Amino acid sequence: MSAEKKPNGNGAEPVWELRLYTAGQTPKSLAALANLKRLCEENLKGKYKIEVIDLMANPRLAKEHQIVAIPTLVKKLPSPLRQIIGDLSDKEKALVGLQLTPHR
Amino acid sequence: MPKLETVPRTKSAAPRLLPKTATGIDGLDQITGGGLPKGRPTLVCGGAGCGKTLFAMEFLVRGATQFNEPGAFITFEETGEELAANVRSLGFDLDALVAEEKIAVDHVRVEPTEIAETGDFDLEGLFLRLGLAIDSVGAKRVVLDTIESLFAGFTNQALLRAELRRLFRFLKDKGVTAVITGERGDGQLTRQGLEEYVSDCVILLDHRVNEQISTRRLRIVKYRGTSHGTNEYPFIIDEKGMSVLPITSLGLNHDVSSERISSGIPRLDTMLGGKGFFRGSSILVSGTAGTGKTSLAAHFAAETCRRGERCLYLAFEESPSQLFRNMRSIGLELEPYAKKGLLRMHASRPTLYGLEMHLVQIHKMVTELDPAVVVIDPISNFVSGGTSRDTQSMLLRLIDFLKARQVTAFFTHLTSGATSGGTSWEGTDVGVSSLIDTWLLVRDIELAGERNRGLYVLKSRGMPHSNQIREFLITPRGVDLQDVYVGPEGVLTGSMRAAQEAREKAQALERRHEEARRQREVEAKRAAVEAQIAALQAEVKGLSEEGKLLAEQDQAREDELSEQREAAARRRGADLESAGVRNDGNERKKGQR
Repeated sequence: MSAEKKPNGNGAEPVWELRLYTAGQTPKSLAALANLKRLCEENLKGKYKIEVIDLMANPRLAKEHQIVAIPTLVKKLPSPLRQIIGDLSDKEKALVGLQLTPHR
Repeated sequence: MPKLETVPRTKSAAPRLLPKTATGIDGLDQITGGGLPKGRPTLVCGGAGCGKTLFAMEFLVRGATQFNEPGAFITFEETGEELAANVRSLGFDLDALVAEEKIAVDHVRVEPTEIAETGDFDLEGLFLRLGLAIDSVGAKRVVLDTIESLFAGFTNQALLRAELRRLFRFLKDKGVTAVITGERGDGQLTRQGLEEYVSDCVILLDHRVNEQISTRRLRIVKYRGTSHGTNEYPFIIDEKGMSVLPITSLGLNHDVSSERISSGIPRLDTMLGGKGFFRGSSILVSGTAGTGKTSLAAHFAAETCRRGERCLYLAFEESPSQLFRNMRSIGLELEPYAKKGLLRMHASRPTLYGLEMHLVQIHKMVTELDPAVVVIDPISNFVSGGTSRDTQSMLLRLIDFLKARQVTAFFTHLTSGATSGGTSWEGTDVGVSSLIDTWLLVRDIELAGERNRGLYVLKSRGMPHSNQIREFLITPRGVDLQDVYVGPEGVLTGSMRAAQEAREKAQALERRHEEARRQREVEAKRAAVEAQIAALQAEVKGLSEEGKLLAEQDQAREDELSEQREAAARRRGADLESAGVRNDGNERKKGQR
């Protein structure tokens, strides 16, 4: 936990850069996006950025970014890089995956 | 596995019904009757290092280069660079093919440590990438190597299996011929049971090590809708890629030639019905060490080249230069033939690689050189490269292969000392004797502190042959065969034979002298008898002369008497005439008076 605080202490407020890969408007993708937004609002209010990449529109990125499963959520910052797959319906797992353990 | 053992033997009634995609892999297309099922996935499975990736890569590269079918390689294990480096050693320039847009490579990295699963997902990303790879080059062939890595990356197995099913359907819909590799698992063909998804064609690769020598084998476990070879076929991976050996027991329907070819030793030809071996037959020379097997082989090789035919000489004991030198010592110059390209020497240790490798090598060389004669000197060394059963099956296939090509095969076999001591002269520990058409046996005959060589024809199918032992001489002018001495004292060879011959000569001389003496004796006797005859004749002559003399004397006396009578008569005055005529009467009358 101390390790996690350290980068936090450096900047004013660390910004969470999240990228969600989807493939078209599938129910899974929509659910994932909705779940992600809710998760961030609850835990990272005001300090997150979500980028949605539709691989259907740009399949080349799937190769470049090594995406296999859809939907995939990539936590780019803060490091380390983490990949979470699935529609994020399992909130606990999603939080663990993002290393966002609720420690209020 | 047991389930798969009962592979349905599909009827070979209409083998052309199923469209096939030629792999371009040496030999595989022959076994499969044309290649892999077109537009369907094929599972290639096997243990680590058995050549799965290579198989898949060759399939793609050959497709791109030979059949103008671009391919997509989806690798889950190696990066594109690694893959390119790995196959460069086999002469495949993957980078160039990628640059020419004939092959697309995509490395799908699945790192389980970086992935957390939160709920429902699918593998649409993979599908997209696959679709992209296929579309980018217009791929007709796809390789997934090895898709089982996905199982390590995701925990939701049920979902994964559903996605795999979808993936194979996707591939079929795309109409691509796919090769999916899978690691061999316990009790089943692949660890994750991929065979249940890929049901059209399953090829099993195997890499076995026996006595430190490895052999690669390939088997078609199933191939729906077509007949195929069901055996295990050995294959090799060399600098030109993979070659599968399609030769099995070809059956015994090859044509035979009744042409005869000389063994290179006139006396040996004489023993073999006067004309030598049959072309395309298999010849075995067996014997203990140092009995001249290689010399016989070299004679045959030299004779072949002298006729202007090509000969492949596989030496497993000597290097070519050593063989040239040794054969020069018996007056055989092989080197010029080698320079002319008629004689091709290939020397290697039998233990260099496994039997199957040897077989494939020989197969390749024979196909390349197209020789009239193949000499293998010796075959017994193969046993060190495998079990005798393996060796037998390998030699069987080799002999069949050579026979089918009408190549005369000349094998030498070293009979080990242990068996030579016993009675098993007429056996080989590789059990090929029944496959051999002409079997010569060279053996040493130990007699009177000497070791001499004897040769005889153990069998020779289809020709009258001598049943006699010949003494086998290695002279500076080559091999020569001599009649051995067979007499009341047994079989004699070497100096014993020479001594016996000398003894016989002496005896003959003595006999001749004796005869002459007897002749002389008779002559003398005859002369003596003749002398006797002459003496007797002389006596006869003497006697007859004496008789004549006596008669003359009588006559003389008679004459004298009659003269006296006449004189007396004259004196008495008797009538001369009547006195003369009636001499006796007068006398008698006179007397009567």
